[in-house]
Parts: sequence; structure tokens; C-alpha cells
Amino acid sequence: MSDTTDTGGPVLAADGTPLKRSLARALRRQKMRALLLIAPLLLFILISFILPVADMLYRSVKNGIVAETLPRTVVAIADWDADSGDLPSEAVYAAMAADLKEAAAAKTHTKVGTRLNYENPGISSLFRKTGRKAKKFDIEGVSSWKEELIDINKDWGDIENWRTIQTYSPRVTSGYFLNAVDMRVGTDGAEMRPEAERIYMNLLGRTLWMSLAITVCCILLAYPVAWILANLPMRQANILMILVLLPFWTSLLVRTSAWKILLQQQGVINDILVWIGLVDDSARLVIINNQFGTIVAMTHILLPFMILPMYSVMQTIPPSYLRAAKSLGATDWTAFWRVYFPQTVPGIGAGSILVFILAIGYYITPALVGGTKGTFISNQIAFHISSSLNWGLASALGAILLAVVLVLYWAYDKIVGIDNVKLG
Amino acid sequence: MKLAKMFMATSALTLAGNVATAEDMANELTLVSWGGAYQASQVKAYVDPYLAMNPDVKVTWDESSAEAVAKLRAMNEAGNVTWDLVDAVASDSMRLCDEGLAEEINHDEDLAAAPDGTSASDDFGDLLVSDCFVPQIVYSTTFGYRKDLVGETKPDSVCAIFDLDTWPGKRALQKRPIDNVEWALYCDGVAKDEIYDVLGEDGGMERALAKLDTIKDQVVWWTAGAETPQLLADGEVVFGSTFNGRLFSAIAEQNQPIEMLWDMQSFDLDGWVVPAGLPADRKARVMDFLKFATDTQRLADQAAYISYGPARASSAPLVGKHAELGIDMAPHMPTDPANSGNVHVYDYEWWADNRDDLNAKFEAWLAK
Repeated sequence: MSDTTDTGGPVLAADGTPLKRSLARALRRQKMRALLLIAPLLLFILISFILPVADMLYRSVKNGIVAETLPRTVVAIADWDADSGDLPSEAVYAAMAADLKEAAAAKTHTKVGTRLNYENPGISSLFRKTGRKAKKFDIEGVSSWKEELIDINKDWGDIENWRTIQTYSPRVTSGYFLNAVDMRVGTDGAEMRPEAERIYMNLLGRTLWMSLAITVCCILLAYPVAWILANLPMRQANILMILVLLPFWTSLLVRTSAWKILLQQQGVINDILVWIGLVDDSARLVIINNQFGTIVAMTHILLPFMILPMYSVMQTIPPSYLRAAKSLGATDWTAFWRVYFPQTVPGIGAGSILVFILAIGYYITPALVGGTKGTFISNQIAFHISSSLNWGLASALGAILLAVVLVLYWAYDKIVGIDNVKLG
Repeated sequence: MKLAKMFMATSALTLAGNVATAEDMANELTLVSWGGAYQASQVKAYVDPYLAMNPDVKVTWDESSAEAVAKLRAMNEAGNVTWDLVDAVASDSMRLCDEGLAEEINHDEDLAAAPDGTSASDDFGDLLVSDCFVPQIVYSTTFGYRKDLVGETKPDSVCAIFDLDTWPGKRALQKRPIDNVEWALYCDGVAKDEIYDVLGEDGGMERALAKLDTIKDQVVWWTAGAETPQLLADGEVVFGSTFNGRLFSAIAEQNQPIEMLWDMQSFDLDGWVVPAGLPADRKARVMDFLKFATDTQRLADQAAYISYGPARASSAPLVGKHAELGIDMAPHMPTDPANSGNVHVYDYEWWADNRDDLNAKFEAWLAK
């Protein structure tokens, strides 16, 4: 009992250590234990999610390959003034010859050619062709490498090729990001690409508005379905639930192909319309291979992601609220709009975020039913990953898409509030 | 403790195992191909016979050829190449070679000579478009049309595609610039041997796209080779380009009212690529298989299952009848003289240089 009277000294625990420290130790131990418990999950997320995303983001600016493959050239060409109209000096050519000899022996010359070809079409074959002879280069034995290289391939006498090498010699580049927003490095700084080569901004805009349209369609279709599910007796509700879940469990490709059969010009819907005489046989509706096709097919595919959160939120709303509203004199509409609907907003919010974010990243369905005007930016990302192999550009596009999603998420939080989202 | 001991014991075993078989050949072989009828033809023509000769070998298939370049690059970066032999189109093999992802092949040493003693490199001839590539087949991208929907006059030129007055209706084209822009320029009056010169000039691509503009709203763009036969069968399109083997199976196996339009068919090659950096035992097995699978008889055998021409000159005379349908295969080969009167030979080097640039223009044009 001395601690209550002793005002000067610290409060002591039973074992004589100051209570503060003892408490802190106990808390720390608890925290460590908690951390250890979640450590496997944390590690898993770090390795399988955060690191790959970071790696992807880094790829969008990474450009070490030029400096690594052509180390001498990069140093020698630094002082050259591309706007002077003169070719680089003999020293630069000699450095290039030495670099090419080494690169050809290590078989990396074509890699750097491929990288530079993204910026300057034609340069990859310059590296490939010169590389075939480069293994036999006698660096000391040639008096003028400038003449020799131009003799091997006249494109070494083209200032534009040297300008590309100089522009892309730093280890970090903004080239991919510029490309991803339809710009490029011109003679004086960044400039817009010519009209005929602009793709990505247009596609990004289209992806956003179509995803929004799909989300709205899903809300409109899912709301009544979820309401019926939530208000039917258990038995019937369960049967209806299976109808919602069956397509959910069916392969994406099967569902997309089914839409093809339904929507094409010689398809089921057009056949029926022609048969009942609504549409002339020569003027069958074009309802696939365009934006309409993508919106229809994707609304169908993503619908369960909207129904399920809505359903689980609606289930928690006591029916007595509506009855109370009506008994106080509200009309059906007022009771719905002022009492019922506001309570379902968290479900709509959760469903909308799910559907919108899934839609924005879809590429299989748009590729199959979207034709030319119904494809998304993800189709271009997939193309650059698996076909053109321009992973830097794909990463830049992915990074932009990620940023857009985060901005929209932030905006949603500001407008509706992220606390106001419930999955049930 | 027990677990640790067991783990150590097994790793010691595997170590010992590796040492013991390093001189020999691995008994596992992972082959990558396209799936479908094409892969089936490979199984019947050379994988099954090879397995009959080497009963210890186990073959695993991976149907990933469409993404082979990207996947191999990812495997290479991760330092864990699980594939042994990859089937790829010629342009992909060039990119794999450029990226250092494929092993260079010494064609005369690594492959079998023709029965008459002609060296492999002479037997394959010009088809050896890349140092890392062993061609198997010559295929072509060409048109088929619905004979009941084209009316009185049968089309005999690829330019029928651009003639909406005589042959109205939709056309299916592959969603990429390659082949389409060449056909467009050819039908815009450019001589065949000047196509790439014109395309390389300023305004060349624009000229090709302007020609394609005349039919743009009548085009259904396809990405998978199976789409065109389906579109033709459904009557969705009147003309459609696809790989000639797909059209053959729609016509000969499924009796669809489709006819071939061989004019200006675009030749392309498909073949094997050995991934770079395989361990010695796996590589030895791959090279053993490769030598067998690309010899004269095996390539000729493959043509009994699918209508693609064998890549070896010495295989051509050995091409016989279809294994199941019993029809003569020679007239269905893209290389048959009756079909190859006017062909388009696709310039790999040119496209390797210009693909990214023209693709951007093509995509921008499509989106307009």
C-alpha cells in the first residue's frame, strides 16, 4: 500500500518492476503473438500479391537493358548532340562495334534490338543483321568503324537510329507510360502521337463507361430478383437461389459462347424475330460483335455478383419496418423509397464495387463478343503480355488502370462512404 | 525430426539420381502444342511410334502454343523451364531466338538426312527461317466461301473479298494486320513483289487501311482459328479466312457447303523450338525425339491426319491418303501445284521489324 502514499516513485507491479513497463511488455507480447498468428497470411500476401504488383509497376519504367548491353556506347554517345545534324563521332561507332561483338557472343544483341524497336520500327533487324557479323569483328584491326558499320548496314548512317539509342540509354524510362497515354518522345519533349496511332486513352474511356453501363444494368436487374429472394419463404427462395447460382458455376466460355449462338445474325433471337415478322429477313439486327453484345453478355455473367450482396443485405431488413411505415400513413412508394431503399444501399454499394472492378478487368468476354468497338483496355494488356511481348507497355497500362480504380474507390468513399458497404 | 530425416534422405536420393542419369536421357518429355486435330496428328504420326520404340518414356502435353513466347519468357525469368519441346509458328520462333529463349539448332548435325542422303538443311531449304526452328508443316491462311451463298459467279480471286457488288455479305477476317493489309494492297493494284515496299513507305499502311475501309462494316473479326468454320457453317459470313486445315475438316469431315479459295493463300510455317538452358539429360532426350519426329517418313505420315504440307521436300512424294476418310490428301495440301498457282509469301523479317508499329495503326483504325 506504500505506492499510494509514495507520490515520487513510479507505480510498481507485484514483482517490483514499474507497472508501466510491465504493462507495455505484456501488451508487446500480445501483439507479437497476434502478429505471429497472422504471419503466414501476411507472408502469403506479400509474396503472391504485393511483390508481383510492385514488380509489375517497376517494369513499366525499367530500361536497364540498353545500358547493360551497350555499356560503352551509352557512355560515348552521352555528349553527342542529336540536333546538330551530324552523325556521332568515330569513338561512338567504335564503342558500338565493341559492344555489339560482346553482345552477339552473349546473344543479347537481338534483345536490345527488340526493346528499341518499340520506339523506332526497323531497328530490330539492324541489330539482328549486324549481330550476325559482329562475332567476327576485329575491334583493333579496323581503322574507321564509322565507315565499316555503315558499310555493313546503311542504317547505321541514319541519325534517327542513333537518336533512339541516345534517348533510351538511361536505366529508367518514361517511354512506356508516354506510349500508354498515346504520347511519345519527340524531337522537343513529349508530344501526342499522330491521330491514326492513338489507341489507349480512347479505350480506357470506353472501358470505364461500358463498365459503368454494365454496373447500372446489373443493379436494375438484380434489385427485383434479390427482393424476391429475400421475401419468399425459405423453400422457394432456395430453389430460386439455385437458378441464380447455376450460371455462376458454369464456365465463362460456355456462357459467352451461348450468347454468341443467341445473338448472332443467324442466331436464335434474330430467327424468332424474323419468324414472327417483326424484322425483315434481309435486315436482321446486329446485336453482337459490338458494344451491345459486350454489355449484354457481361451483365449476364456478372449478375450474381450483384444479386448475392443485395440479397444478404435485404435479408437482414425486418419486414416490420415497412409495415410500420405503411401503418403511419405512407404510400407504397414512400414506404419503399424512404424506408426500405436506404437500408439496401450498402448492398447496392458492395455489389456495384464488385461488378465494376471485375468488369474493368474483363477481357475474354469482350474479345469474343465485342467485335471492334466493344473491346476493353484489358484486351490490349493481354495482347502486349502474350502476343507482342511488350511487357513494359502492358505494365504501364496496368498501372494506369490500377490508379484509375484507386481514384474511383477514393471518390466512392468520399461520396457514399466505404463504411456504408455491406456484404450481409 | 523424422520428417527432416526423410526429407534429407530423399534429397540425397534425388541428388544421386541426377548424377547417375546425367549421361543418359531423361524419361520425361513435356511437349507443347496447339491441341485439337493438329496435336492429334502429331500424336499419331510420331509421338505414338516414338513411345513404342522407347517404352520407358512418358510424354506430357501442354496445349499452350498460343502463348508459348510469353510463357517461355516468364519461365526463363523465373529460372524454371518445365517445357522440353515447343511447337510454335515461324514468327514466334524468330522472337524466341531473338530473346535468347530458344536453343540454336545445327540442322545438319541434329536432324536426320533425307533417305537419298540429301542433308537436312537442303531438304528443308528456304523453310529454315530461323536458327532455332525445325519446321514441321507448311500451312496457309486462306479463304473459304459458302458455295450456296455466293450466287452464280464463283469467286476465283482473293479480290472477291473486296468486291461487295458482285458478292455481298459478311466476311470473316483475322483480327491482326498481317495478311489482311497485304491482300488489301494486292487488290488495290500493287504488284505482288512490291507489297512490302509499298507498305514500308509513308502512307503505305494508310493506303491498305483505306482499302479495308471499303468493307469494314461487313467484316466479322476472328481471333481463334475455329471461329471461321463456325461462322461459315452458321451462314453468318459468306467468305472467311482461316487456316487451311480448319477449312479442310469443315469440308471433308463435316460436309459443310464450303469451298476453298486458294488464290493468294498466305504461306506460313509451324515447327519445333527447343527452349534454351535445358539440363543435359532432358536435352539429350529432346534431341533424340526431335531427330525422329522430323525425319522424312514421320512428316509424310502426319499429312495422313491433317491437310498441312510436310516441310521436307523429300516427304512430299510420300504423302498418301487420309488415314480415316481414305481420300487422297495431295489435292488438299496448300503446296499442291493446283492450289499454289498464286501464293503470297509472308516476309518474316519485315514483320518482325514493323509489327508493333503497324499493329498500333491497325488497332487505332479498328477502334474508329
